[in-house]
Amino acid sequence: MDFSGSEPVRGPGEAELLPATVAAAVKVVVVGGFGVGKTTLVGSVSEIRPLTTEETMTEAGVGIDDLAGVERKSSTTVAMDFGRITISDQLVLYVFGTPGQERFWFLWNGLFEGALGAVVLVDTRRLEVSFDVLGRLEARGVPFVVAVNSFPESPLHSLDELRGALDLPPHVPIVECDARLRDSSRDVLMALMRYLYELAAQPVG
Amino acid sequence: MTNQDWEEGGPERFFVITRGRDRQQDAAGFDLVTLIIARSRPEPTMQPEHAAILRICGSPLSVAEISAYLRLPNSLVIVLLTDLIAAHKIEARAPIPQAALPDLSLLEAVIHGLQRL
Repeated sequence: MDFSGSEPVRGPGEAELLPATVAAAVKVVVVGGFGVGKTTLVGSVSEIRPLTTEETMTEAGVGIDDLAGVERKSSTTVAMDFGRITISDQLVLYVFGTPGQERFWFLWNGLFEGALGAVVLVDTRRLEVSFDVLGRLEARGVPFVVAVNSFPESPLHSLDELRGALDLPPHVPIVECDARLRDSSRDVLMALMRYLYELAAQPVG
Repeated sequence: MTNQDWEEGGPERFFVITRGRDRQQDAAGFDLVTLIIARSRPEPTMQPEHAAILRICGSPLSVAEISAYLRLPNSLVIVLLTDLIAAHKIEARAPIPQAALPDLSLLEAVIHGLQRL
Protein backbone atom coordinates (compact mmCIF):
# COMPACT_ATOMS: atom_id res chain seq x y z
CA MET A 1 0.00 0.00 0.00
CA ASP A 2 1.33 3.39 -0.85
CA PHE A 3 0.24 6.96 -1.31
CA SER A 4 -0.69 8.10 -4.79
CA GLY A 5 2.09 6.13 -6.40
CA SER A 6 4.79 7.41 -4.06
CA GLU A 7 7.13 5.05 -2.27
CA PRO A 8 5.80 2.98 0.64
CA VAL A 9 5.86 4.43 4.13
CA ARG A 10 8.85 3.28 6.09
CA GLY A 11 8.31 3.33 9.83
CA PRO A 12 10.84 3.31 12.64
CA GLY A 13 13.51 0.62 12.67
CA GLU A 14 13.72 -2.03 15.38
CA ALA A 15 16.28 -0.03 17.32
CA GLU A 16 14.16 3.11 17.14
CA LEU A 17 11.05 1.79 18.88
CA LEU A 18 9.96 3.40 22.12
CA PRO A 19 8.94 1.14 24.97
CA ALA A 20 5.16 0.78 25.19
CA THR A 21 5.36 2.03 28.77
CA VAL A 22 6.32 5.56 27.73
CA ALA A 23 3.49 7.63 29.10
CA ALA A 24 4.39 11.14 28.05
CA ALA A 25 6.78 13.33 26.13
CA VAL A 26 8.39 16.70 26.70
CA LYS A 27 10.14 18.92 24.17
CA VAL A 28 12.82 21.55 23.90
CA VAL A 29 13.51 23.80 20.92
CA VAL A 30 16.92 24.73 19.54
CA VAL A 31 16.85 28.07 17.75
CA GLY A 32 19.59 29.83 15.89
CA GLY A 33 20.50 31.36 12.56
CA PHE A 34 21.15 29.48 9.36
CA GLY A 35 24.24 27.29 9.46
CA VAL A 36 24.84 27.72 13.18
CA GLY A 37 24.71 23.98 13.86
CA LYS A 38 21.15 23.28 15.04
CA THR A 39 20.84 20.15 12.96
CA THR A 40 24.29 19.03 14.07
CA LEU A 41 23.34 19.45 17.73
CA VAL A 42 20.03 17.64 17.30
CA GLY A 43 21.79 14.82 15.46
CA SER A 44 24.55 14.42 18.02
CA VAL A 45 22.23 14.00 21.03
CA SER A 46 19.48 12.05 19.32
CA GLU A 47 19.12 8.30 19.82
CA ILE A 48 17.35 8.04 16.48
CA ARG A 49 18.48 9.17 13.08
CA PRO A 50 17.18 12.76 13.03
CA LEU A 51 13.83 13.13 11.30
CA THR A 52 12.21 16.00 9.50
CA THR A 53 8.67 17.16 10.03
CA GLU A 54 7.10 19.88 7.99
CA GLU A 55 4.25 22.30 8.09
CA THR A 56 2.51 24.16 5.33
CA MET A 57 1.73 27.78 5.92
CA THR A 58 -0.17 30.09 3.68
CA GLU A 59 1.64 33.25 2.79
CA ALA A 60 -1.20 35.06 4.50
CA GLY A 61 -0.19 33.33 7.71
CA VAL A 62 3.41 34.25 7.19
CA GLY A 63 2.38 37.86 7.04
CA ILE A 64 5.26 39.24 5.07
CA ASP A 65 3.80 39.69 1.64
CA ASP A 66 1.30 42.24 0.61
CA LEU A 67 -1.60 40.12 -0.53
CA ALA A 68 -3.86 42.94 -1.65
CA GLY A 69 -5.58 41.81 -4.80
CA VAL A 70 -4.11 38.32 -4.71
CA GLU A 71 -6.87 35.80 -5.26
CA ARG A 72 -5.00 32.59 -4.68
CA LYS A 73 -3.05 32.02 -1.50
CA SER A 74 0.29 30.38 -2.11
CA SER A 75 1.61 27.99 0.48
CA THR A 76 5.07 27.68 1.93
CA THR A 77 6.44 24.51 3.41
CA VAL A 78 8.65 24.86 6.45
CA ALA A 79 10.71 21.86 7.52
CA MET A 80 12.14 21.21 10.96
CA ASP A 81 14.63 18.58 12.10
CA PHE A 82 14.17 16.80 15.37
CA GLY A 83 15.65 14.05 17.46
CA ARG A 84 14.66 12.00 20.46
CA ILE A 85 16.12 10.94 23.79
CA THR A 86 14.45 8.30 25.92
CA ILE A 87 14.68 9.62 29.47
CA SER A 88 13.16 6.64 31.23
CA ASP A 89 10.65 3.90 30.53
CA GLN A 90 8.00 6.53 31.25
CA LEU A 91 9.32 9.69 29.67
CA VAL A 92 10.80 10.77 26.34
CA LEU A 93 12.40 14.08 25.36
CA TYR A 94 12.16 15.51 21.84
CA VAL A 95 14.63 18.11 20.61
CA PHE A 96 13.45 20.29 17.73
CA GLY A 97 15.77 22.40 15.59
CA THR A 98 13.94 25.32 14.04
CA PRO A 99 14.14 26.18 10.36
CA GLY A 100 16.72 28.59 9.06
CA GLN A 101 14.39 31.42 8.15
CA GLU A 102 13.88 33.39 11.31
CA ARG A 103 10.47 34.64 10.34
CA PHE A 104 8.99 31.14 10.52
CA TRP A 105 10.04 30.13 13.98
CA PHE A 106 7.27 31.81 15.84
CA LEU A 107 4.57 31.10 13.32
CA TRP A 108 4.74 27.35 13.75
CA ASN A 109 1.68 26.74 15.88
CA GLY A 110 2.41 24.72 18.94
CA LEU A 111 6.18 24.64 18.58
CA PHE A 112 6.88 26.71 21.68
CA GLU A 113 3.62 25.97 23.46
CA GLY A 114 4.36 23.36 26.06
CA ALA A 115 8.11 23.39 25.40
CA LEU A 116 10.17 23.12 28.58
CA GLY A 117 12.49 25.77 27.23
CA ALA A 118 14.80 26.71 24.39
CA VAL A 119 18.47 26.69 23.51
CA VAL A 120 19.68 29.68 21.49
CA LEU A 121 22.63 28.44 19.48
CA VAL A 122 24.97 31.30 18.63
CA ASP A 123 27.66 31.65 16.00
CA THR A 124 30.12 34.31 17.17
CA ARG A 125 30.85 35.24 13.57
CA ARG A 126 27.24 36.33 13.17
CA LEU A 127 26.06 37.55 16.54
CA GLU A 128 23.58 40.00 15.07
CA VAL A 129 21.28 37.15 13.96
CA SER A 130 20.67 36.29 17.59
CA PHE A 131 19.18 39.56 18.78
CA ASP A 132 15.79 39.06 17.19
CA VAL A 133 15.52 35.52 18.56
CA LEU A 134 16.43 36.52 22.09
CA GLY A 135 13.90 39.32 22.03
CA ARG A 136 11.13 37.08 20.76
CA LEU A 137 11.78 34.36 23.32
CA GLU A 138 11.77 36.92 26.11
CA ALA A 139 8.53 38.40 24.81
CA ARG A 140 6.94 34.95 24.76
CA GLY A 141 8.18 34.07 28.22
CA VAL A 142 10.07 31.00 26.95
CA PRO A 143 13.02 30.32 29.29
CA PHE A 144 16.27 29.79 27.41
CA VAL A 145 20.00 29.30 27.71
CA VAL A 146 22.56 30.52 25.18
CA ALA A 147 25.05 28.05 23.73
CA VAL A 148 28.03 29.29 21.73
CA ASN A 149 28.95 26.78 19.06
CA SER A 150 32.68 26.87 18.53
CA PHE A 151 33.82 26.95 14.94
CA PRO A 152 37.54 26.68 14.19
CA GLU A 153 37.63 30.10 12.56
CA SER A 154 35.47 31.80 15.20
CA PRO A 155 36.96 34.91 16.72
CA LEU A 156 37.89 34.35 20.34
CA HIS A 157 35.57 36.00 22.81
CA SER A 158 35.16 35.38 26.46
CA LEU A 159 31.70 34.35 27.55
CA ASP A 160 31.51 37.58 29.52
CA GLU A 161 32.21 39.58 26.38
CA LEU A 162 29.53 37.66 24.55
CA ARG A 163 27.06 38.16 27.37
CA GLY A 164 27.68 41.87 27.10
CA ALA A 165 27.46 41.88 23.31
CA LEU A 166 24.16 39.98 23.41
CA ASP A 167 22.89 42.12 26.28
CA LEU A 168 21.95 38.98 28.20
CA PRO A 169 20.52 39.38 31.68
CA PRO A 170 22.87 38.05 34.38
CA HIS A 171 20.60 35.12 35.27
CA VAL A 172 20.55 33.62 31.76
CA PRO A 173 23.21 30.90 31.45
CA ILE A 174 25.68 31.05 28.57
CA VAL A 175 27.80 28.01 27.76
CA GLU A 176 30.27 26.98 25.08
CA CYS A 177 29.76 23.83 23.07
CA ASP A 178 30.89 21.80 20.12
CA ALA A 179 27.63 20.72 18.53
CA ARG A 180 29.35 17.84 16.73
CA LEU A 181 30.07 16.10 20.02
CA ARG A 182 27.39 14.19 21.82
CA ASP A 183 28.67 14.94 25.32
CA SER A 184 28.99 18.62 24.57
CA SER A 185 25.48 18.84 23.10
CA ARG A 186 24.16 16.82 26.01
CA ASP A 187 25.77 19.31 28.40
CA VAL A 188 23.92 22.15 26.66
CA LEU A 189 20.61 20.42 27.36
CA MET A 190 21.75 19.79 30.93
CA ALA A 191 22.51 23.50 31.33
CA LEU A 192 18.97 24.29 30.15
CA MET A 193 17.43 21.74 32.54
CA ARG A 194 19.44 23.00 35.51
CA TYR A 195 18.43 26.56 34.70
CA LEU A 196 14.77 25.53 34.47
CA TYR A 197 15.17 23.72 37.77
CA GLU A 198 16.53 26.87 39.40
CA LEU A 199 13.66 28.91 38.00
CA ALA A 200 11.09 26.38 39.17
CA ALA A 201 12.66 26.08 42.61
CA GLN A 202 12.57 29.81 43.23
CA PRO A 203 9.93 30.88 45.68
CA VAL A 204 7.11 32.68 43.94
CA GLY A 205 7.69 36.35 44.56
CA MET B 1 -5.63 7.78 -7.55
CA THR B 2 -3.26 6.73 -10.30
CA ASN B 3 -3.70 9.67 -12.60
CA GLN B 4 -1.66 12.29 -10.81
CA ASP B 5 -2.05 15.62 -12.44
CA TRP B 6 -1.00 17.55 -9.39
CA GLU B 7 2.31 18.16 -7.81
CA GLU B 8 3.42 15.56 -5.30
CA GLY B 9 2.98 17.11 -1.87
CA GLY B 10 1.02 20.01 -3.31
CA PRO B 11 -2.06 21.49 -1.66
CA GLU B 12 -4.47 19.62 -3.97
CA ARG B 13 -3.20 16.28 -2.81
CA PHE B 14 -3.53 17.32 0.82
CA PHE B 15 -7.07 18.49 0.16
CA VAL B 16 -7.92 15.02 -1.12
CA ILE B 17 -6.30 13.25 1.83
CA THR B 18 -8.28 15.30 4.33
CA ARG B 19 -11.38 15.39 2.10
CA GLY B 20 -11.25 19.11 2.26
CA ARG B 21 -11.66 19.46 5.97
CA ASP B 22 -10.10 22.47 7.53
CA ARG B 23 -7.17 21.56 9.70
CA GLN B 24 -8.08 24.12 12.32
CA GLN B 25 -11.42 22.63 13.26
CA ASP B 26 -9.82 19.29 14.07
CA ALA B 27 -6.51 20.39 15.45
CA ALA B 28 -7.55 20.74 19.08
CA GLY B 29 -5.59 18.74 21.54
CA PHE B 30 -2.67 17.40 19.52
CA ASP B 31 0.86 18.61 20.15
CA LEU B 32 3.97 17.82 18.10
CA VAL B 33 4.94 15.43 20.89
CA THR B 34 1.59 13.84 21.67
CA LEU B 35 2.35 10.11 21.61
CA ILE B 36 0.18 7.86 19.45
CA ILE B 37 -0.23 4.10 19.85
CA ALA B 38 -2.27 1.91 17.50
CA ARG B 39 -5.16 0.11 19.16
CA SER B 40 -6.27 -1.69 16.04
CA ARG B 41 -4.82 -3.32 12.94
CA PRO B 42 -4.89 -1.63 9.55
CA GLU B 43 -7.77 -2.82 7.38
CA PRO B 44 -7.78 -3.08 3.59
CA THR B 45 -10.81 -0.83 3.31
CA MET B 46 -9.13 2.01 5.15
CA GLN B 47 -7.78 5.14 3.57
CA PRO B 48 -4.07 4.32 2.95
CA GLU B 49 -2.86 7.13 5.18
CA HIS B 50 -4.94 5.83 8.11
CA ALA B 51 -3.64 2.32 7.53
CA ALA B 52 -0.05 3.57 7.39
CA ILE B 53 -0.44 5.34 10.72
CA LEU B 54 -1.77 2.18 12.37
CA ARG B 55 1.06 0.16 10.83
CA ILE B 56 3.88 2.35 12.14
CA CYS B 57 2.34 3.04 15.57
CA GLY B 58 2.70 -0.43 17.03
CA SER B 59 5.05 1.26 19.51
CA PRO B 60 4.41 4.83 20.66
CA LEU B 61 5.34 7.51 18.14
CA SER B 62 5.02 11.27 18.45
CA VAL B 63 2.88 13.25 16.02
CA ALA B 64 6.13 14.76 14.69
CA GLU B 65 7.56 11.30 13.96
CA ILE B 66 4.38 10.22 12.18
CA SER B 67 4.58 13.39 10.07
CA ALA B 68 8.21 12.59 9.26
CA TYR B 69 7.61 8.96 8.30
CA LEU B 70 4.50 9.74 6.25
CA ARG B 71 6.13 12.81 4.74
CA LEU B 72 2.98 14.77 5.36
CA PRO B 73 2.63 18.16 7.04
CA ASN B 74 2.07 18.09 10.75
CA SER B 75 -1.35 19.73 10.67
CA LEU B 76 -2.55 17.27 8.05
CA VAL B 77 -1.39 14.34 10.16
CA ILE B 78 -3.42 15.81 13.02
CA VAL B 79 -6.56 15.69 10.88
CA LEU B 80 -5.90 12.01 10.14
CA LEU B 81 -5.25 11.29 13.81
CA THR B 82 -8.49 12.99 14.76
CA ASP B 83 -10.33 10.52 12.49
CA LEU B 84 -8.56 7.57 14.08
CA ILE B 85 -9.27 8.79 17.59
CA ALA B 86 -12.95 9.18 16.74
CA ALA B 87 -12.98 5.62 15.39
CA HIS B 88 -11.20 4.34 18.54
CA LYS B 89 -8.35 3.00 16.41
CA ILE B 90 -5.55 4.76 18.28
CA GLU B 91 -4.71 5.94 21.76
CA ALA B 92 -3.17 9.38 22.29
CA ARG B 93 -0.94 10.15 25.27
CA ALA B 94 -0.86 13.89 25.81
CA PRO B 95 2.40 15.65 26.63
CA ILE B 96 2.96 16.66 30.21
CA PRO B 97 1.00 19.88 30.57
CA GLN B 98 3.23 22.85 31.07
CA ALA B 99 2.20 25.26 33.72
CA ALA B 100 4.14 28.49 33.95
CA LEU B 101 7.08 26.50 35.22
CA PRO B 102 7.75 22.80 34.96
CA ASP B 103 7.49 20.43 37.83
CA LEU B 104 10.73 19.85 39.77
CA SER B 105 10.45 16.08 39.73
CA LEU B 106 9.98 16.14 35.96
CA LEU B 107 13.15 18.20 35.55
CA GLU B 108 15.02 15.89 37.90
CA ALA B 109 13.96 12.95 35.77
CA VAL B 110 15.17 14.66 32.58
CA ILE B 111 18.50 15.64 34.17
CA HIS B 112 18.97 12.10 35.41
CA GLY B 113 18.15 10.72 31.98
CA LEU B 114 20.58 13.06 30.22
CA GLN B 115 23.34 12.15 32.65
CA ARG B 116 23.07 8.56 31.49
CA LEU B 117 23.55 9.48 27.83
